[in-house]
This record gives sequence, C-alpha cells and structure tokens, in this order.
Amino acid sequence: MSEGTTAVRDRTVGDALRQAQQAFAGDVGGALFSALGVVGLIILVVLAFQNPGQFFQILIYGLTDGALYALVALGYTMVYGIIELINFAHGDIFTLGSFVALPLLAAFGVDEGQAFGVQIVIALVITYLLVMIIIGMVNVTIERIAYRPLRNAPRLAPLITAIGMSFVVEGLMYIWRGPSTLHFPDLLPETGWIVNTVRIGVKDIYVLVLAIILVTALTLFINRSKLGKAMRATAQDRDAAQLMGIDINRTIAATFFIGAVLAGAGGMTWGLYFNNVNFALGFNAGLIAFTAAVLGGIGNIQGAALGGLLIGIIAAYSDAYWSPLWTPVVVFGILILILVFRPTGLLGMRVPEK
Amino acid sequence: MSDNILRVSGVTKRFGGLVAVDNITFDVPAGEVFALIGPNGAGKTTLFNCITGIYKPTLGTVTFRDKNLTGSPPHLTAKAGIARTFQNIRLFEYMTALDNVMVGEHVRMKAKIWDAVLKTPFARREEAMVTEKAMELLRFVGIERHAEKFARNLAYGQQRRLEIARALATEPKLLLLDEPAAGFTPQEKVELMGLVRKIIELGITVFLIEHDMKVVMQISQRIAVLDHGEKIAEGSPTEVRNNPRVIEAYLGKSA
Amino acid sequence: MSVQARSWLDPKVWRKRIAKGARDRDTVIYAVLLIAAVALPEVAYFATGSTFLVSQWADAGVWVLLAIGLNVVVGFAGLLDLGYAAFFAIGAYTYALLASTQLGASPLHHSVHLPFWLLLFVGMFMAAAFGAILGFPTLRLRGDYLAIVTLGFGEIVPDVFRNLDQWTGGINAIGNIDQPTLPVWLNGPWADLPLEFVNPFKFGFDPVPYYVLILLLVVGSVILVHNLQKSRLGRAWMAIREDEVAAAAMGINTVSTKLLAFAIGASFSGFAGVFLGAKLSLVGPDNFLFIVSITVLVMVVLGGMGNIQGVIVGALVVYYINFNLLTNLPNNAVAAANALGLTWLVERHGDWSGIGDETQRLNFLLFGLILVLMMLLRPQGLLPSRVREQELKHSTDITLEVK
Repeated sequence: MSEGTTAVRDRTVGDALRQAQQAFAGDVGGALFSALGVVGLIILVVLAFQNPGQFFQILIYGLTDGALYALVALGYTMVYGIIELINFAHGDIFTLGSFVALPLLAAFGVDEGQAFGVQIVIALVITYLLVMIIIGMVNVTIERIAYRPLRNAPRLAPLITAIGMSFVVEGLMYIWRGPSTLHFPDLLPETGWIVNTVRIGVKDIYVLVLAIILVTALTLFINRSKLGKAMRATAQDRDAAQLMGIDINRTIAATFFIGAVLAGAGGMTWGLYFNNVNFALGFNAGLIAFTAAVLGGIGNIQGAALGGLLIGIIAAYSDAYWSPLWTPVVVFGILILILVFRPTGLLGMRVPEK
Repeated sequence: MSDNILRVSGVTKRFGGLVAVDNITFDVPAGEVFALIGPNGAGKTTLFNCITGIYKPTLGTVTFRDKNLTGSPPHLTAKAGIARTFQNIRLFEYMTALDNVMVGEHVRMKAKIWDAVLKTPFARREEAMVTEKAMELLRFVGIERHAEKFARNLAYGQQRRLEIARALATEPKLLLLDEPAAGFTPQEKVELMGLVRKIIELGITVFLIEHDMKVVMQISQRIAVLDHGEKIAEGSPTEVRNNPRVIEAYLGKSA
Repeated sequence: MSVQARSWLDPKVWRKRIAKGARDRDTVIYAVLLIAAVALPEVAYFATGSTFLVSQWADAGVWVLLAIGLNVVVGFAGLLDLGYAAFFAIGAYTYALLASTQLGASPLHHSVHLPFWLLLFVGMFMAAAFGAILGFPTLRLRGDYLAIVTLGFGEIVPDVFRNLDQWTGGINAIGNIDQPTLPVWLNGPWADLPLEFVNPFKFGFDPVPYYVLILLLVVGSVILVHNLQKSRLGRAWMAIREDEVAAAAMGINTVSTKLLAFAIGASFSGFAGVFLGAKLSLVGPDNFLFIVSITVLVMVVLGGMGNIQGVIVGALVVYYINFNLLTNLPNNAVAAANALGLTWLVERHGDWSGIGDETQRLNFLLFGLILVLMMLLRPQGLLPSRVREQELKHSTDITLEVK
C-alpha cells in the first residue's frame, strides 16, 4: 500500500451516484442554471424586437399576474420561515378571500353597471378590510387546530395535515358555492391608456399599486415593529427567541394572520381583476405562488415579491409565445430546477437541504 | 502498513468566520487506546466529525491505514473501517436493540436486493448469520437480555453499550468513542474500561474523547489535549498530566 | 431424504406452524384477507347473479397495489411522495402505446403490439427508471421540499401526456387497447359460464380473469415487499427514517438507499398502470390527476404507514368509502330524506341544490377531514405497525431529545 495519496475510491454504483449528485448540484449545476437563464433572456430579447407591442403588452399581463402571485407567495414564505411548514392550505384561503368578498360586496348593493364613484370606493375599502380580517382569523384558526398540536411531531405529520386542511377548505368552498366558476362583479373602471400599441388599464395599475402598498407596509412592519422583530427572531432561532421572553405561540399566530391578510386581499383583487373565481383556483395559484417563493428564496420577503413578479412574467410569456397547455410544465420545471441547482433561490438564506 | 493507524495532519475546520479546530496534527498508533481530552468547547467532537466525514476539513488531511480519507462521506469512512459512537447517543430509538446492531452489519453484508426479495437460500443463511453475530455482540457488551426491546426503552447505561455494540458490528479497525462514560456511575465506568480492554484484545484501536480524568489516565496509552481548537499537548498519560499548559487550560491561570 | 425436505410433509410441523401463525396478528390478518379474496367472487355471483362486484373488486385491487407501493416510499423510507400518480400514468401509457394501434396513428406510423406479460415488466421498469431519474437530484432535499417536487412532477406528467396529443391521443385518450391472452383458462359457473377449458384464452369483458390476475399480482407484491422489509434494505430504510446521520455513520449510503425506495415504490405504480390499461382498455390523462395521488396517500395514512396489512385494509376502506359509499350517498340521502318526510331537503332552494347534489360534493371535505383528524388523533393509522405505535405515542413526550 502506498503512502497516503490515493483517496478511498467510490467503488460501488451507489457511491458513484453520490459523487455525481454532488457535482451536479455544485458548480456545474449553478453554471447550467445561469446558462439557462441567459438563454431565456436572449430569446425574450429577440422576441421583443420582433414585435415590441405584443412583447410589452404581455409584460403588463405578467406583472399584474405576478403581483397577485407575490401577495400569495409572501404568506408561504413567512410561514415557512417561522415554522418550516409549507402551508398547503394557503392557496385555498387566497381563493376563500374572493369567495368571502362576493356576499360582502353584494350586501353593499354595488352593481356591475354602476359608474365608478364614491359608493364603490367605500364598498371596496370596507370589504377589503373585512375580508382581510376574516381570512386572517381563518388562517389563525387553522394554525391553532391543525398545526400547533403537531409542532413537535415527526415531519411527515404536519405536512399531511396541511394537505388535509387544503382539501377541507376547498371542500367547504365546493359545498358552499359548487364546482362552477363564479362571476365576480366588475367594479373597477375600464379606462386605460394606449401607448404605441400597448394598453395599460386602470385595473392593471390598481393591482400593481395595491401590491406595492401591501408589500411595503409588510416590509416596514417586519423591520420596524416589535412584533415584526419577534417574528424575525423566532424565524432565526426559536429557542433563543423564547428565552428572550418572546411569546412563540402569539408570534406564530400573528405570522399566519398577516400572511392571510395579504392572501385574502390578493384573492379579492384577483376577483376584481379577472371577474371570475372558482373553488379550485387556489390549488394551482398556490403551487405557482409557492414556486415563486422558492425562486425568490424561501424565508425572504423581498425574495417572495421578486419571485412572484418573475414567475408571473415567465408564465405570461409562456402562455403567449408557447402555449397555455405547456405553462404548468414550465413553472413546475422551474421549481424542480431551482431546488436542484440553487435551493437558496435568488435572494434566499435558507437551504432546503437537511 | 505503518504503525500509525490514523494520521491527522494540519486539520483545520472553519465555519464562516469561526475556527473550530486549527492545525491539528497527531498520530494514533495501532492497537492502543488513544484519548483526546480538553475543556468543553475545545473542538473535540468537531475533530471526530472531520475524521469520520460528517464535516469536510477546511484544511489538512486525514489518513487512515495509509489511505487518504479526507473529506470522504461518513458511509465511506465506515466502510473503510472507522466506526463511532455519539456524544448524545444516536440510536435508532424505535428499532429493537438487536435490529440496531444488525443495521451496523449492513455495510459488511453481501446479499443483494434480488436475494432479499426472493428469499434465496443465500439470503436466508446470511440473515441467520447476521442475527447470530448481532446476538454475540450484544453478549459481548452485556445486554443480550434486552435484545428485543426498543432501544428507546433501555436504561441509559444499556443504551451507551448498545451504541458500542452497533459500532462494533461494522467490523471496524478503529473505534471512535465520544464521551462513552458520560453520566456513568463509578461501577459502570469500571465495567466500561473492562469493555475497552476487551475491544483492544480484538485488535481494534480505540480513540476516545472523555472528560473523566481517572478513566483517561487508567486506560489510555497516549493522550492529545485540545484547547480552543488547538492542540496544546500530546504524550503519555504521565507527560500530559504534568504539562503546565494542560493544567492551566483546565484550571485557568489562577492555578 | 434430508431433514428439511421431510419437514414439509410432516403434519406435526404444519400443526405447529399454524398454531404459531394463529397467534401472530399479522398472519391472521393476511389469512383473513386471502380467504375473503378467494371466496368473495363466488359468493358475490351466487348472491347477486352478476359479476359487477367482481369488476369493482378488481378495481379495488389496483388501488391496493398502489397503496402497497406508496407504502414502501412513505411508510418504510419516510419520503413523502405527492405525485405517485405520475408513475401510474407512465406504466399505463407505456402499455397503451405498445399494445394498441395508437403508434400507428402517431408520426411513427407503425403500431406496436407487444404482449401484456412482457409489458408488465417493461411498464414496471419504465416507472422505476423515472423514479430514479426524479429521485436522483431531489432526494437530498428535506422532506417538505421533496414533497413539493414530487407534487410538481405529478402535475407535469399527465400534462405532458395530454399535450403530446400526436403521440398519445391527448385528451381523447388511447382506446382499444389489446387484452392479455393466456394459452389456457378455466371457465366455470362463478362467471356464469359452463365449466370448461378454453384455449387459447383472450381476456375480454369478463372481469373474473382480471380479478384473478390482480389477486395474484397483489399476493406476489405482498410477499416481495414483506421480504424486503425484513431484509438488509428494509432495516436500512428504517434506520434512515430514524436518524439519517447515524445511519450514514454505520455505512449506509443514504442516497442510493433512498433512490431504491423511490424506484421500487414507483415500479409498483407502473405495474398497476399496465394492469389498468389492460382492464379498462382505455387510457387518458384524466385518470392520473392529483386526486389519485392524494387518494393513495390517504389510503396509506389511514391504514397505517409502514404496515403492509394496514395499507391493504386502508386501501379497501377508502375505496369502499369513495367509490361505493359516496357514489351511492346522494341517492341514499335522497331516499332517506324522503322516507323521513324531510322532502324539503331534497328540493332546490336558492344555493342549496338539494340534498342529493350536496352530498355529492362531500368528497373533498371528507378526504381533508380524514387526513387532518387522522394526524391529530390517530397518526399511526387503523392498523399501526408496532414501531409506529411506539413512535407516535411518544411524540408528544417532553423527554430529552436524543437526536
């Protein structure tokens, strides 16, 4: 046997696989992923020059979709950041937001044909507040009855419960309003502006502005308020936070509440923008929003917002330039690729590896 | 093969800005008991983890039986012949004691999946052999009566001994014991030392981390001392015991 | 004659074995299931005069097979797979494409008609291969991420099959798929036919041969999986589930071990897919949606993760609830409401579309409730493995965390 230079060679197939896997996910992987990104950008630039009007129109759609996804993604990322649980039911409470908004708006007597005015504005503001509070409370309740008892259980248990809650919420909506798509009143003004051939509507601006306001409010809250600090501390090190006197249960409940506030608002906004909702909306939207959260970096608020916008844009371009049938494949493909090549996401800190 | 079964050379491990162990070098002679001591937080377990592959050393090399093992993942160091126990006991709680030991034999078993699935005579024979060997190991450490109990339900001392049996099942040439006597009564410590001597008689080198100085002085042939991530002494028990730097590290400058 | 050979024929040895088996809960359950499975078709036929129930039970058998396979992944190795239906689809489409005229209509312009028995293995292998391909880059992720990745995969696969309609017939599905053939078969009064041998025998509309086939497949699978559980690999899976770091320190290659769980689990799904393709003679993307993956998961969780008989029972219970109880519930509810004089429940009133329709919508809610309540109240399932019982009994202990 020679003196110490030959490493213990991986002799079995299993060991070779392990080596390959590590190489795959390391530098080679990162390089591949960046290369893919560059290729994608080049394709988009080419398409932009070919038909700038269409390109920018789709960009508008992508941004508005993305803004809505961002609102949902924030809830996912916050909950995951604080208790490392993927709240499968989050997409469904997003939908619930729109469902709850329907009877509330009806109660105000506002009508589609109405001209946009003070009455509608008041109705909207109050409904938003009510929806946010109601959905917030629903999420807190879900956490209390389904997730808290399992906080110390083996990993599989809370995950399965989360899936179960998702079905429960969907089931309740299904029983409440049935399987068909519901019409959501079109209350926002139809006006828009045309720049070159691109149409930007008041609705589009509305969605973007609302999202920006909510995200900014959230960021300020997290960074400046006492509760926000408690949330960040709990997310980083639960035991230390507890030792500092932070009430963990309250902090976690607050996280669920705030995440749901955003999702509920997002759901109602979705309804106002697209004018139709369906009990199964949350399932798909939820998965896309989760992909956005992972893309941006799970646990990171700005990441979720950024991820949402990016995914919205990518999905819009995929719909337009390729086919809406293939968009889900693209989105989930991105999800799998990120987790394999760059699990921390674009801005993230948390590594989804053991 | 040289007389040193394990050679640690310049091993350094950094976590971001924190240097856990810095430039550690020593040799472990084959067939003896080598001890690693030092105040809490000195980096002893970190060093173990670097040797067994749970951590990859930032710098330096680990050579085992003249083969460079640096950075090899844990299952490969186990395959090469290094076994270990853990400071906080990491048994498979909801498996029986017998099963725990049989898992240890995993790495030396030859049956392939097809054999297992079809229950060929080869697989059956090997299972019988493996079960018998596991029982022997349980007898060796003295807990054969508890073979069918869940590891979780064993007494603390029995759990520590089970961990040793499981490590021995991997047929190691070098056994790393991380604070094997922690929480033991004096009687249990005497029994442990007897067990270590029996293991040496089998030809297995024992490398242990331990805090109880009496135990360390009684059974080790060589000792290395770590403090704040650095090696501050190495030698025979007498040499180390009288080394002023060692005394200072343990008792502080006031001593 | 050696001692071993003689013991096979010695009645005393058999008596001892049976006595021992009767005391072992596992064996008893298997025996009961087996006897019931063999006897039921005859009983059903003589009771109802038709083979409809047999066809249903053959379908149930497919789900049992799926549950057994998912149990390997989730129950043995502790990996949450939410896209199990993807492998089911792969198996089914493999069979459909290679045993029908579909490829003739595709750009390939050449039909392939391979025999069923060969394709059973091909489908199994394809599913296992995809399991390995999916698992390879993703099994090092922690549990929740792995779950999402598998979920994504479970969404992608049926979508791909739906979109590549030039090859797969897309939403119109692949129809007219070949049926298996056997050199010889025995027909009898249990199938409403005269007692005679038929050769060669082509599977047709009669569900009895399918039932026999799935029964054999299930029994074979149970034996194989049981052996696996008690083997070196089975212990390795348990060790990884208990403490991955310690398992690696004992020489277990966690990557390849987990990959094996994934691939082996997937192969059962592929197996079942081939069978389904043959039995239905029709394979379309809507047979493999997320609800299928979740249904199998519910079966495994409800029955008892990690316990083979548990998941079999779980599969049968969920199948019954889903495809029998719930499908008949609307009619039964209407009948009950009418009988109780609560006829106003039956009619439409605004949003309440009558108790018939409303009960039909219970599926989602019921599944969700089962999952949540199970995890909160009895996470070890109906028939927990001995291990699981201990594990979850102690999970709320505030003892020193040994890990």
